[in-house]
Amino acid sequence: MADSVYSPAISIRQSDSSTVPRHSAVVRVTHWINTISFIGLVVSGIGILLAHPRFYWGETGGVGGPSLFDLPLPFMLGGPSGWGRYLHLQSAWLSILNGMVYAASGFVSRHFGHGMATSYSVTQRSTYLSVIFVFFPLMIWTGLAMSPAITSVFPFLVDVLGGHQTARTLHFFCAIVLVMFAFVHIAMVWRAGFLKHIGAMIKGEL
Amino acid sequence: MIAAGISGAAGLAVAAKLADRYGLIPPDWGGVWGPGETLTYASQRILTAHHSMAREFKRSDISKVAQVSGDPPRRDPYQMLLRGGFASWRLKVDGLVARPASLSIAELKRLPQASQITEHTCEEGWSYVAEWTGVALSTVMNLVGVLPAAKYAVFFPFDEGWDSVDMADAWHRQTLIVYAMNGEDLPPEHGAPVRMKVPRQLGYKSVKFMSRIMFTDTLKHIGKGLGSSSPEVGYSWYAGI
Repeated sequence: MADSVYSPAISIRQSDSSTVPRHSAVVRVTHWINTISFIGLVVSGIGILLAHPRFYWGETGGVGGPSLFDLPLPFMLGGPSGWGRYLHLQSAWLSILNGMVYAASGFVSRHFGHGMATSYSVTQRSTYLSVIFVFFPLMIWTGLAMSPAITSVFPFLVDVLGGHQTARTLHFFCAIVLVMFAFVHIAMVWRAGFLKHIGAMIKGEL
Repeated sequence: MIAAGISGAAGLAVAAKLADRYGLIPPDWGGVWGPGETLTYASQRILTAHHSMAREFKRSDISKVAQVSGDPPRRDPYQMLLRGGFASWRLKVDGLVARPASLSIAELKRLPQASQITEHTCEEGWSYVAEWTGVALSTVMNLVGVLPAAKYAVFFPFDEGWDSVDMADAWHRQTLIVYAMNGEDLPPEHGAPVRMKVPRQLGYKSVKFMSRIMFTDTLKHIGKGLGSSSPEVGYSWYAGI
């Protein structure tokens, strides 16, 4: 039952596949740029989180007031997190610009419709599509909702969510979903043959 | 390929020239974080070009607890001024201005009052809503006659945390020189006698323990030339995020 293995980003139909490109050049390049920016976002996100590992609901929150939950960590572990913000925004720009190229090419090549429908199971397809069209945009939205400059132009971004601190907490939950997705994704690729499928995402062929 | 490279480089050069002309390049544009910083600053300056206003809140939204970041300066002259109730304190306003000024608290309080209930958002992640009362920086800018050549307002406090904003934020109606918080004199831990309030940026732009405001056309010769002390300790100059 080798071809029923859940193998993200890989066709499960393995017959006569040696000459057919599994992933287009755009998918391959954007995949690895996304990998770099995702690692940058996670590392810097943890860096920012360590400064204040408490979460709140609503508009405001801080030391001395009630919290939604506290992570069992001290404040300012790792010192000032300025580097975290620099890296976070730089990685976010990379991720968004890269994501726009991926999404545009995906619609043009019908990757999200026909391409995914023929090569992925329903579970795989819905997982991928929810990451691309639900959690990734939600991450951008909740991130922008924390910017005092952006919300001066688009106040509804934060008002709809219920406040600045709610946006921050949802941003954290979304990050956990995406990190879990990344772990499952790597585990599944590992089970299906790590080097072979890494090679497919680099060279395009299985 | 070569033609594409040359036209790409030429395009970038033109874009950089235009961006500089319209004030879209932050002072900490160089270095490894420069691309992200420049993209953020330029795009937000274009988006906020119509003088967008930071969200304001109702009086009932004012937070019961306002977290504090950073202690008042322990040394003189700050401690001496604090003991004297800031009676001899003056806010110096100089640089590229027609009429340099030195303003006491009483003189600031005689100027048209401005008040706002806005959120103070710390880069660490916490936030609170408070009412800030003082004078719009633009009022003082008209008083001293800021010269057209000025491109930045630099805020010098009694501690090391100096910072600066561009003219878009300096002239902005919500940028205040604050002397009262939630209806009381500004307490020392929140920046007495006077702090800045720049509500469209993170809290560290709202410099506490103010001593001097200087207008300049370049930030190159102040500190390490990065625009404020923030990039010197790892934080970005522009904090609209």
